[in-house]
Amino acid sequence: MLEPFFRWCEATAIGQAVAQSVWAFPILEAVHLIGLCMLGGALLVVDLRLLGVGLTSQPVARLARYARPWLIGSLVVMVTTGVPLFLSEAIKAYYNTSFWVKMCTLPVALAFTFLVRERVAQRVPADPHDPGSVTDRAVGAVSLALWFVVAAAGRWIGFS
Amino acid sequence: MIERFLGWLGETPWSVALLESLYAWPLVESTHVLALGLFVGTTAMMDLRLAGIAFRKVPVTAFTGRLLPWTRIGFAIMTVTGLLLFYSQPLRYYHNVFFRVKVVVLILAGINAAVFHVGAHRSALEWDHDTRPPRGARIAGAVSLSAWAVVVITGRLIAYNWFDCDIQPQPAWVNWLAGCAAVLEGTE
Repeated sequence: MLEPFFRWCEATAIGQAVAQSVWAFPILEAVHLIGLCMLGGALLVVDLRLLGVGLTSQPVARLARYARPWLIGSLVVMVTTGVPLFLSEAIKAYYNTSFWVKMCTLPVALAFTFLVRERVAQRVPADPHDPGSVTDRAVGAVSLALWFVVAAAGRWIGFS
Repeated sequence: MIERFLGWLGETPWSVALLESLYAWPLVESTHVLALGLFVGTTAMMDLRLAGIAFRKVPVTAFTGRLLPWTRIGFAIMTVTGLLLFYSQPLRYYHNVFFRVKVVVLILAGINAAVFHVGAHRSALEWDHDTRPPRGARIAGAVSLSAWAVVVITGRLIAYNWFDCDIQPQPAWVNWLAGCAAVLEGTE
């Protein structure tokens, strides 16, 4: 059903330009990886704290506030490099299970991060240095698990 | 000498098995890539603090004390999986321009970390809460951020054989950088 759309994607000027260039795809991928590093760091600082490890001397809300621009910035880098990467091989992606796993998990991970985790992280407990409630730990674990699936499936697109 | 050893290493049964495996090699490579988020990610957050760019009210010793263990775990995973990947194709990587640049910059990143450790880090408690750490720390943070970015980019590009010895002709400096002279003379 969506296949004509994916064919159109690959036929776009950007898709064709990236597909026909020797350097474009590798460089976009390398920058995509830089984005992955920043995303990993920005997520982990907060998620580890929610899990009760890492920067435990700091209130979650403070860490989340500092990490936020790097979280959003890295996501912007991921999307602006990821879209042309996708356009260059949209038809391959259409028939790739890993691609669909990644794209179905990504919106869930984004929604969870900005709707659920954001709210939990902003909530200031009576003692800002407490080790974290069961809810906090669960939110940290779910966040890491969701983004792990996105990253792992993303890497596996190239292998399947 | 090195080439003979790496050639032998690449012909050992485990090396061949790893390279030709259906799932082992992709799994090792995927672990290497995903561990970037842990290793380079946490390193970058600490570097941003050292450079005085982010996390300005978080004490530096919180990073070096509580986050660094996670960075070390990431580094251990990167090292083990990286060595395995090298073991799967030692001679090819040895002659790969991007691999060579990556290793050199890796060493520079290590020296930078060591210099920071015996330098600015020693007096960390004195500037623990400074929103703008001393010059030495800021330089260490900036150098680290740049070095790891180069390592990640060159690491990704190792996959491409554009400058490999069997792709000729190449500019002389490329062949020099890839150490292709011996290969091209057929004396390997």
